[in-house]
Amino acid sequence: MKKLKRVATYLFLSIAALVSIFPFLWMLVSMTNKSVDVTAGRLLPGTHLFENLKVLFGQVDIASAMWNSTIIAVITTFLTLLIGSLAGYGFEIYRTRGKDMIFNILLLSMMIPFAAIMIPLYRLFGRISGTAPFIGIDTLAAALLPTVITAFFIFFFRQNTKMFAKELVEAGRIDGLSELGIFFRIYVPTMKTTYAAAAIIAFMNSWNNYLWPLVVLQSPEKLTIPLLISNLGAGYSPDYGVIMTAIVIATLPTALVFFFMQKHFVAGMMGSVKG
Amino acid sequence: MSELTKSTNVQSSLNKKTFVQRFKKNYIGWLFIALSVVGIGLFYFYPMVQAFLLSLKSGMGANLEFVGLENYARLFNDPTFISALTNTIIYLLVQVPIMIVLALFFSVLLNDATLKFKGFFRTAIFLPCVTSLVAYAVIFKYLFGVDGLVNKLLLNLHLISEPLNWLSDPVLAKITIIAAITWRWTGYNMIFYLSALQNVDKQMYEAARIDGASAIQQFFYITVPMLKPIILFTSIISTIGTLQLFDEVMNITAGGPGNATLSISMYIYNLSFEYTPDFGYAATVSYVIVILVVILSMIQFRVAGDKR
Repeated sequence: MKKLKRVATYLFLSIAALVSIFPFLWMLVSMTNKSVDVTAGRLLPGTHLFENLKVLFGQVDIASAMWNSTIIAVITTFLTLLIGSLAGYGFEIYRTRGKDMIFNILLLSMMIPFAAIMIPLYRLFGRISGTAPFIGIDTLAAALLPTVITAFFIFFFRQNTKMFAKELVEAGRIDGLSELGIFFRIYVPTMKTTYAAAAIIAFMNSWNNYLWPLVVLQSPEKLTIPLLISNLGAGYSPDYGVIMTAIVIATLPTALVFFFMQKHFVAGMMGSVKG
Repeated sequence: MSELTKSTNVQSSLNKKTFVQRFKKNYIGWLFIALSVVGIGLFYFYPMVQAFLLSLKSGMGANLEFVGLENYARLFNDPTFISALTNTIIYLLVQVPIMIVLALFFSVLLNDATLKFKGFFRTAIFLPCVTSLVAYAVIFKYLFGVDGLVNKLLLNLHLISEPLNWLSDPVLAKITIIAAITWRWTGYNMIFYLSALQNVDKQMYEAARIDGASAIQQFFYITVPMLKPIILFTSIISTIGTLQLFDEVMNITAGGPGNATLSISMYIYNLSFEYTPDFGYAATVSYVIVILVVILSMIQFRVAGDKR
């Protein structure tokens, strides 16, 4: 009986693992096959990879989509970490009743569905376009600005600051550091792992963001990777091999981040619930 | 001057100094949080207010005029809105429980200390989380196509005699969307449960076993109650996520066939950017999501609170 249960456990987990991994294997294999072979259900690697890459780079401007996505993700991650950690630190270290109240109000924004604010945001950036076209509709700045400041990261950094030794702040003051100096010279270096976890989450969110860029970016040369994949996938006579190649290229950065920093990744997820 | 007044003077100047210091610290503290407060005000709360004001107006494009609650009345007679709402609620009622039960089940299996290849299973089941929603949606669209691999597999297993129209049958299309979301998010929830299980005292299971409790009884009387806060947390996260469902529907079925898979978020998008733009009515529909998020989160808190 006990043995049977063991076998059932392994069987069940194996099926779950296979189902989870299969789409990845399929896209890796399909990237090397012709479209007709993919449709025919070929599950073995082929020799068509180079051809698929050539067609892909000839057909769509995937290089500039990669560039746009990278620029947006890097700037978003940097600003998110900077602004979010300043606030998380500020709320915890300079804690007052007034700030706690503001903090709770900011947290409420996590409940606001993006679809509800999408239209006013679109109109807001439409109005900005008139006076400051460089951050208006159809600019990378507009695609990233509303995503930079989120209550989630403020909350995340505040939770982690609770574990930061506050004596270090006093020590810094005695050493004559300014308040901002304490933050940059003491807090930031000691909280490296927190920053790493936050960076992964921020990067992934930005890299995968779809709805807002879809609304705000219009010209073909401004497309991000998810927009490009979506356009490819919506075509009437899709070339499966080529699309799978595009999807693999699009998934590669986040997959690499995941494999090399799995621990930080999970820590980032958990950071939102502990404490 | 007496010693007494002297000491009071020192005292008051000390007080004054700490007051100034406290004020200065407090003031610097506000500077640390200022950017975030302004940002969240500008990009979340201000648009929320704007969306509400918009929902009281109607018209095409920029020509909006005040119509009061007319848009809200229009909701009840709008068949597209009613199917979008129904679909979203179906996704919610079917998908979230399936996913949470599966995730709980996996996490209990993986929490066994004697299990081999634990790391492999955990990583594999968590792996779907690294894909972008658009990328996996496109993959699922092809997997569930008429000549896709899912049909080939079912045909080979002789479970069906001819290919199923997964994406163009109203019921099957919903099942496809639900299967896709479950694939993407089960591992994500599992990680939360796994880490919570590590904090459950092993001796409780030991004691339960000695008392003759079966594995199923242990699950319902120890695991579920111990994990209740995290189950509540994940179900609220999933509920909010499902109410905002957009990427998958857009890229797997585009809302079709008919409006059989249309979600509320996608309807808002269509009203604003696909059809002749009616921002006022779109904002009204978006407020439905806000109201649903608030009501459902409150219900979930209440339910979880009562059983304690």
